[in-house]
Amino acid sequence: MSTTAVPEVAVTAVDEGFWTRARKTGLVLLGLGVLAAVLFGALATGQQARFTLSETEGGAALEIHGTVGAILFGIIAAAAGAALLAGVPKRWFTLVLGVGLVAFVLSFLCWQVSAAPEGRNFMPLVNVVRGTFILALPLIFGALAGVLCERSGVVNVAIEGQLLMGAFSGALFGSITGSVWVGLVAAAIGGALISLLLAVFAIRYLVDQVVMGIVLNLLAVGVTGFLYERLMQTDATKYNSAPRFSNWEIPLLKDIPLLGPALFRGNIFLYVGLLLVLVIHLALFRTRWGLRTRSVGEHPTAADTLGVRVLRLRYRNVIMAGMVAGIGGASYTLALYSFTKNMIGGKGFIALAALIFGRWSPTGALLAALFFGFADQLATYLGAIGSSIPSQFLAMLPYLATILAVAGLVGRVRAPAADGKPYIKG
Amino acid sequence: MSDVNPVSGSPDKEPATEAQEARSEARATPTAPAGDPDRAVPPAATPAPGKESRPTLGKLFLDNLWAANTVTVTVLAVLLAMLVGAVLIIVSDPEVLSTYSYITARPSDALNASWTVVSEAYANLFKGAIFDPDASGFTAALSPISETLTYTAPLVFTGLAVALAFRGGLFNIGAQGQATIGVILSAVVGFALPLPPGVHLLVALIAGALGGALWGFIPGILKARTGAHEVINTIMLNYVAVYFLSWIIIQSGVQNPNRSDAISKPVESSAQLPRLLGADLRVHAGILVAVLATWFIAWLLNRSTLGFELRAVGENPDAARTAGISVTKTYVLVMVISGLLAGLGGSNMVLGSTANALTPLVIAQIGFDGILVALLGRVKPWGVLLAALLFGALQAGGNRMQSYSGISLELVTVLQALIVIFIAAPAMVKAIFQLRAARAARLQTSLAKGW
Repeated sequence: MSTTAVPEVAVTAVDEGFWTRARKTGLVLLGLGVLAAVLFGALATGQQARFTLSETEGGAALEIHGTVGAILFGIIAAAAGAALLAGVPKRWFTLVLGVGLVAFVLSFLCWQVSAAPEGRNFMPLVNVVRGTFILALPLIFGALAGVLCERSGVVNVAIEGQLLMGAFSGALFGSITGSVWVGLVAAAIGGALISLLLAVFAIRYLVDQVVMGIVLNLLAVGVTGFLYERLMQTDATKYNSAPRFSNWEIPLLKDIPLLGPALFRGNIFLYVGLLLVLVIHLALFRTRWGLRTRSVGEHPTAADTLGVRVLRLRYRNVIMAGMVAGIGGASYTLALYSFTKNMIGGKGFIALAALIFGRWSPTGALLAALFFGFADQLATYLGAIGSSIPSQFLAMLPYLATILAVAGLVGRVRAPAADGKPYIKG
Repeated sequence: MSDVNPVSGSPDKEPATEAQEARSEARATPTAPAGDPDRAVPPAATPAPGKESRPTLGKLFLDNLWAANTVTVTVLAVLLAMLVGAVLIIVSDPEVLSTYSYITARPSDALNASWTVVSEAYANLFKGAIFDPDASGFTAALSPISETLTYTAPLVFTGLAVALAFRGGLFNIGAQGQATIGVILSAVVGFALPLPPGVHLLVALIAGALGGALWGFIPGILKARTGAHEVINTIMLNYVAVYFLSWIIIQSGVQNPNRSDAISKPVESSAQLPRLLGADLRVHAGILVAVLATWFIAWLLNRSTLGFELRAVGENPDAARTAGISVTKTYVLVMVISGLLAGLGGSNMVLGSTANALTPLVIAQIGFDGILVALLGRVKPWGVLLAALLFGALQAGGNRMQSYSGISLELVTVLQALIVIFIAAPAMVKAIFQLRAARAARLQTSLAKGW
């Protein structure tokens, strides 16, 4: 059975004895904290670092002296690392690690904000939070599409293609009919189309799923690019001027400070995305469908023995995944921009990273997507205040974080056992 | 070529085709058993059944021609892809499409218009890739071939990189990133080091290869040490490489001082691959290096100890380990050699005639195309060379198609992707054309492994 090759081949260094995973992580965090306290503290200036709760410089703000802040948060991060190194109860691990990492980021921000040119020593938190969510939105949809697929045992590398096809058909049919809702449905169908190809070839023709995903991505780039040049560019008003969803303000919630203006005055896609995370999480872990999906992803033979129709469930889930990703693609063309060639530009692969980083769970994927969105937003912000940190290195962060995650340096991730393995009855 | 067992690894590939085989077997004449997978049309290889009268050579040839062997499936896949491409051309042309509104009244209009636009597009594809009958003069006549070979050279390297990793049981999606690091190092050596001609070129090529090897080493060692899946890591490293490229281009010392946009200094002429057919034709010595590399990889895979170990690990790591082969060492070596090849592919993009300076898009899509080339070439070195030729031809022809017929170059991407989709699912091609069964034309590595 060559299909079971990879997990056994891996010569996994199982942490035994003193150097548990928590201790190793603690050591790394301690190092980071000390680095932050010393380096960021030395580089920070005496300026006040202001974190305003608005979109501008004014209004209520949290302020801290730059050098003091950088050192203080660095020490907190180091303390968290030291605690992990000394050994904390296992259930506190995530909390302590989280505190340490947030403190490290804050130390970094204290340095950057205080070292910004005069008059720009502030960070408008509303903008940052809103930008984080907007940038994370396609990642959330894409990662959810990945969750649906991979939890039922089909590797979805075609997220990029599904997003792109969704964005394209949303723009095309939205423009032709002049209706956002038709556009939305068309986007879902467009994403599902790529998914359907993936499903047919992966499930019916047993083509390697990663190969198929890669090829489908190229196909989507080619088809949308081709039709874009032939149709949309020749007659943009007819084919590429989709109407857009207006912003919906949610009563009451929109008045919450910071989160209100950042989140609850957004467009429909943000709400749909967050709702989908909740729905898929509940469905996956609390319903019969979810149990079946997970069992098909972990051990299809056992599921089949118990009467679950493995292939049908896989078909259904893969197509649903395409619809989710298609809507995610539409969050570009039916809300923000008009369609351009290859407009997803690798977001599908970051979504894949978010899926893996979030350990194949909807909530994990959401958090990972937000983290990646934040890194993206931070790069924009630092560029705006003329930071000395090149934005390209910040942009690398999601990818490097994912490599560290899969390599087991920051906690091991594990895919569903039957992910990527075609199932043959009998 | 001594070949790996075609019924390798993934047992799952079998049953899908069995139904097909049963069906088509029943329909086909029982005289000619399926041909050998590797030789396209070898009548001699089929033992004549005892009871029946000996079929004539010609009949055997025809039978085998319509069997699902590698060549037949490939040709049919190309035809199918072009058919889908033709549909795309038609539906994206408003003028042609308008003739379809009255197709019941005058079908000839619609058919004529469709035929005109499609045939013109594909004629230009052919003229741009192989031969233009209207061309006069030596240079003009050779120009299409020269273009094709220019596009082929880097694809051979990236295709070999992916194919070699496949044979070792690894899926190297990172050829793009490895080529990116390769192109950076080659270019930097190309404009920063003052070396005599010849030596300069050699050093630049080696630098590119080393860069790619380094970028291949990372996922290799991670896979060997921690079991981290190479697909994930290579995808991630692709993007890290892209951002590194976009950062390094705008550093002082690298960026062209006369330009404000993101472009590096040009590579010195002493580090450029010499052109083969004079300055007017773009074909350069990269294609010769590519053929050499193909030969070397074919030797490495089929004749060397390392190649044997590599294939053994690719077929069945557990068995290989039992036999005393170090799986971890092999994984690392496979990825390093694979990265090295991809890095050379990257070098070709900046040391050849495609570009002479770094830009954010300097290597285009050669890494991803390399995956397609490897699959189309059935992950065999000489197959990769042929597949790269086809893709190079499509690229070169696509350029002409774009400028003469106004058909977007993206159509080439569509064709390439479709060809590989059809190749990857030979059962489907067989079903569409009702081909007789043969065990060939199947991806011969055990690819299906999941994360």
